[in-house]
Amino acid sequence: MSQKILLDKINVPGIKTYDVYRANGGYASVEKALKTLTPDEVVEEVKTSGLRGRGGAGFPAGMKWSFIDKKSGKPRHLVCNADESEPGTFKDRYLMEFIPHLLIEGMITSSYALGANLSYIYIRGEYMWVYKILEKAINEAKAAGFLGKNILGSGYDLELYVHCGAGAYICGEETALIESLEGKRGNPRIKPPFPAISGLWANPTVVNNVETIATVPWIINNSGADYAKIGIGRSTGTKLISASGHVKNPGVYEIELGLSVYEFMNSDEYLGGMSSDRPLKAFVPGGSSVPVLPANLIYKTANGEDRLMTYESLSDGGFATGSMLGSGGFIVYNDTACIVRNTWNFSRFYHHESCGQCSPCREGTGWMEKVLHRIENGHGREEDIELLLSIQSKIEGNTICPLGDAAAWPVAAAIRHFREEFEYHIRFPEKIKNRDHFVAEPFSKVIMS
Amino acid sequence: MERTHYKQEINMTETLMNRINELISHYPEDKRKSALLPVLHEVQDAHDNWLSIELMNKVAEIIQIKPIEVYEVVSFYTMYNQKPVGKYMFEFCTTSPCCLNGAEDLMDYTCEKLGVNPGETTADGNFTVVGVQCLGACGYAPMMQLGDFYKENLNEEKIDQLIADCKNDKIIVHDK
Repeated sequence: MSQKILLDKINVPGIKTYDVYRANGGYASVEKALKTLTPDEVVEEVKTSGLRGRGGAGFPAGMKWSFIDKKSGKPRHLVCNADESEPGTFKDRYLMEFIPHLLIEGMITSSYALGANLSYIYIRGEYMWVYKILEKAINEAKAAGFLGKNILGSGYDLELYVHCGAGAYICGEETALIESLEGKRGNPRIKPPFPAISGLWANPTVVNNVETIATVPWIINNSGADYAKIGIGRSTGTKLISASGHVKNPGVYEIELGLSVYEFMNSDEYLGGMSSDRPLKAFVPGGSSVPVLPANLIYKTANGEDRLMTYESLSDGGFATGSMLGSGGFIVYNDTACIVRNTWNFSRFYHHESCGQCSPCREGTGWMEKVLHRIENGHGREEDIELLLSIQSKIEGNTICPLGDAAAWPVAAAIRHFREEFEYHIRFPEKIKNRDHFVAEPFSKVIMS
Repeated sequence: MERTHYKQEINMTETLMNRINELISHYPEDKRKSALLPVLHEVQDAHDNWLSIELMNKVAEIIQIKPIEVYEVVSFYTMYNQKPVGKYMFEFCTTSPCCLNGAEDLMDYTCEKLGVNPGETTADGNFTVVGVQCLGACGYAPMMQLGDFYKENLNEEKIDQLIADCKNDKIIVHDK
């Protein structure tokens, strides 16, 4: 049984409310930090913990905090990124919906560490009922004296608000999120300057994922060193994984980093194996942006070691034979899933979500979608596979923000590992025509027929 | 192509204005524009779920920004509707993880049952069915967004029930 530090109290009846949350040790980290620690000491604990950003990039959180400009004298802000939109990812919503005060507590303790007096939670507009839950939790915390002026008599002031987006994946990119929070289109900014120097309203700003911030109370209540004892190597602590696709028990799980992929997939404590008797064909471990891996590279790395749920093990072998932990959006495919269709579907997503600033992404994502669509619909051309590889290589690395890379990688990975499926679509269009949806029969059977 | 100009009755009630002013107060005094997205949600919810040019102009006036600043935001974000939509908007997630568990089939079923194509509204103005991008509910597929709420782990029976409940006014769209 893995240690739980985020979801340990999620099943306590009434934990959504302030009273029950408080009675179960809630807001202890705020008391401890404000009464006994300096802001810099809080930052140091988080640095020691080795906690890495849980939104997908995995950048060390404490280090990100230490970059914030405290010398300019400008107001500082902490902005929580709750714009969860990466296909396959639905973990932050779970945390906010069922234990909202954990995020509020984390926001207060983290804002104190950064010296922020005005902080925001930016939540995607579709999670409107969660927005209401958070708003209620903030009001409760304020009524209890944990927000507002002179919190717990410490002299520290903090106002915290929820801000909702309106349907744009790109606003999960931190500078696009800041633009959106300023009431504009979500166009990412050119970096530098980084938000830590010039972010919200040109003030020093830190943007952190929900899960990252919700981890801070545990670190402060215990210690950074205790947190660093959980996990393996540079993958410290626990991680929320949201599992979907062809598995028996889809949902959100908290795992200790270092758990084997095999155990996560097959143990009854977690996914409980596949949803039917169809065998495992592929998986995407960290949301749609990360490379897809075929069955033979899921449980073992290319050099035969057990594949573990860590940043390092999942990326072992680079893009040739590895993938990434990313956001923890764990999508599982059995052999009835058509990889070409899946790749087209993801390309359509990125084309739809491209903000349109950079030509390689704006045009390239559309081209990839069109080419994949014609392959999937029986109009593929002999040269299309090379064409796709050429387009994706010209998007990658040539855009202001990582959406371009996120759109390019899945295409490259699908061709790398499932090239024969693309070739089959192109060579035998009559066998795949008139199929509106994901194939309803095993691809291996289609190939044989 | 000729563009239809849809008419909309604007009604900025006291409740709505109070909520708008509350939202504006969440940002520093000289940063009123920051309230634009949340304010547009409130205004749209109170106006049959869509925003006409006239309504956007009204929002610009309240926030004290130029109308173009509102138009460019409304046209960028998918949740703002620039023409009338059905009273009940069924927004099916059609991104891959949902499709693996039958989202496309269920959307087809719903469209057929209501007699519309994706993106269309029924003649009585009650229902709109659209396919949208990932809603962050991949583990509970197939699913849809209906106003402020998600309807998850759907199947044909649940769709039948949902449509019946909508027709009988048993479904809350906005949590106000």
